[in-house]
Amino acid sequence: MVRFESVGLRYGRVSGAETAPEVLRDITFALPEGAFRWLLGPSGAGKSSLLKMMYLAVLPTRGHLSILGADIDRTPRKALPRLRRRIGVVFQDFRLLQHLSAFDNVALPLRIAGRPEGQIRADVTELLRWVGLARKLGARPPELSGGEQQRVAIARAVIVRPSLLLADEPTGNLDEPQAERLMQLFQELNRLGTTVIVATHNDTLVARHPGAALRLDHGRLVAHG
Amino acid sequence: MKVPSASLRPAGFDELGLRQALADRMLPLLVAAMAFLAALAAAGWFGTAALARHWQDGAGSALTLQIPNPTGPAERGSRNRLDSALTLLSATAGIASVHSLSDEELGELLRPWLGTSAEHLSVPMPAVVAVHLTSGSMDIGPLNAQLQAAVPGAVLEDHGVWLRRLSALAWSLQACSGLALLLVAAVATAVIAVATRAGLSARREAIEIVHGLGATDSYIAGRFAARATTLAAIGGLIGALLAVPALLTLASVVAPFSGAKALPETVFDVLAALPPGLWMSLLIIPGGAALIGFLTAQGTVRRWLRQLP
Ligand SMILES: Nc1ncnc2c1ncn2[C@@H]1O[C@H](COP(=O)(O)OP(=O)(O)OP(=O)(O)O)[C@@H](O)[C@H]1O
Ligand SMILES: [Mg+2]
Repeated sequence: MVRFESVGLRYGRVSGAETAPEVLRDITFALPEGAFRWLLGPSGAGKSSLLKMMYLAVLPTRGHLSILGADIDRTPRKALPRLRRRIGVVFQDFRLLQHLSAFDNVALPLRIAGRPEGQIRADVTELLRWVGLARKLGARPPELSGGEQQRVAIARAVIVRPSLLLADEPTGNLDEPQAERLMQLFQELNRLGTTVIVATHNDTLVARHPGAALRLDHGRLVAHG
Repeated sequence: MKVPSASLRPAGFDELGLRQALADRMLPLLVAAMAFLAALAAAGWFGTAALARHWQDGAGSALTLQIPNPTGPAERGSRNRLDSALTLLSATAGIASVHSLSDEELGELLRPWLGTSAEHLSVPMPAVVAVHLTSGSMDIGPLNAQLQAAVPGAVLEDHGVWLRRLSALAWSLQACSGLALLLVAAVATAVIAVATRAGLSARREAIEIVHGLGATDSYIAGRFAARATTLAAIGGLIGALLAVPALLTLASVVAPFSGAKALPETVFDVLAALPPGLWMSLLIIPGGAALIGFLTAQGTVRRWLRQLP
C-alpha cells in the first residue's frame, strides 16, 4: 500500500557544490492496506514533508517509494494524476481555492475526475451537511471561520472516497466536539478499508484514540508501531 | 424532479480563477491591434500581387511602336503608314506577335489622364502597336532604322526593362507584406505567451492545488487554452471588423485609377471594392488569432507544468 525504502528528501535543486540538507533521511517502513497510523514528532521534524511524498507533491531524492501499489520510480509522469485521484489530503493550511464557494471547492476533485454533475450535486450537498455546513454551501473561504474552512478541506479530501487518506494537523482549528466527530469520520473510513495517516501535535486526541504511530525526529523515523 | 445533468463540468466553472488572471481587456486589445495590422498586410499582399501580375504580363510585350498619322500614305508602295509598318514588323525575325491597339484599348490606356472622353477626342491620335518578342530582349537599332525609312516619325520604345523592374519592385513589396504578416503572427504569439505566463504565475497556487487533486496536464492546459482562445478570437474579430472601413476607404482612394466606382452604392459594390482573397483573409483572421491563442497557451502551459512532479 505504502512502502518507503531508504528514502531521503532534500528541497531545492542541487546547484554546484552547494546542496540543501536532507530534511528526511533513511526512511524505511511499510503500511498494509487499511492501516491507521498517527504521524507524530516535534515541529520541523519532517511530518509534512513525509506526507508530501505520499501525496506525490514531491518525489524522493533518494531511495524507493511505492504508493497504492505503484512503484513511483518506474511510473511515468502522466500516470501520476490517476494515482493522486485515489489519495485524499487535508492540508495543514487547507489550500482551498479562495474564489470558489464551499460547494465548488468540495466538488472540484469529482469534476477533475469527470464525474457526472447530477451525482456530484447530491454527494457534495450531503457531505457538507454532514460536516455541519449545510447553510454555507455558497460561502467562499474568506467568508468562513478557520474551523469551517478546515471542515471544507476535510470534505474535499474524503468526497472521492480515497484509498489513502492523509491529514496534516486536521484538528488545528477545531473545538473538542468537532475534533471528536472528525476522528469518528476517519475511523469509519478506515473501517471501510481506507488507509489513514494523521499527522498531529494534539496529544489529547492521540491519547483518546490510541493507535500505531510513525514517530519522526530531525528527519529520521525513530519509532514505528 | 430534476434530471441529473450528464455534463462533466458546469459551463463557466472557473476553478483556476482565469477570469481575473487572464483579464478580458488587455489581451483582446493587443490581439485586435495585431489583427488590424494583419488585415493591412493582407491588403498589401493582394494589392501588390495584382500589380506584379499586371506588370509581368506587360513585360512580355517588350516594345511599343507609335505611328503618328497612321492613315497617311507610306514612303513606298500604295499602302498607308500603319499597314506598311505592320508588314515590316511581321517580316522581322525575333518578333512573336504584333497587335495594333483598337480605339477602345487606346481609350483605356489614356483614361487615367484624359477621362472617359478619351475615345471621342478630336485631336489626331497616333496608332499604337504592341510588339511581343520571342526572346527576352533584342537590339532595336537596325529595326528602328528600317522603320524610319519606311514610316518617318515612328517612335519605337523598349519598355520591357522598366516593366521588369516595376514587376520586381511589386514582387518585393509583396514579399514585404508577407513578412509583415509573419511578424504580426509572431508578435501575437509572443503577446499571448507573455499573458499566459503572467497568468501562470498569478495562479500558481490554484494550479498546484488542482494538480494535486489529480488534474492532468491536458486538463490544466485546456482551461488556459479555452480562455486564451476566446480572448484571442474576440480580439481578432474586433481587429478584422475595424479593418473593413479602413480598407474600403483605401480602396475608394485607389478606385479611380482602376476605373471602379469611387463611392460604393450597393452591397455588391462594397464586396467588389476589395479582392475576394482579401475578404477571405478578413474572415480567416479571427480564426487564425484563435488558433494562435490555443496553440500558444497549450504549449506555454504544458512546458510550465513539467516543473511539477
Ligand atoms: N518547501 C520547502 N523548501 C525548503 N525547505 C522546506 C520546505 N518545506 C519544509 N522545509 C524544511 O523541512 C523541514 C521539515 O519541515 P516539515 O514542514 O516537514 O515539518 P513538520 O514536521 O511538518 O513541522 P510542523 O509540525 O511545524 O508542521 C523543516 O526544516 C523545513 O524548514
Ligand atoms: Mg507540518
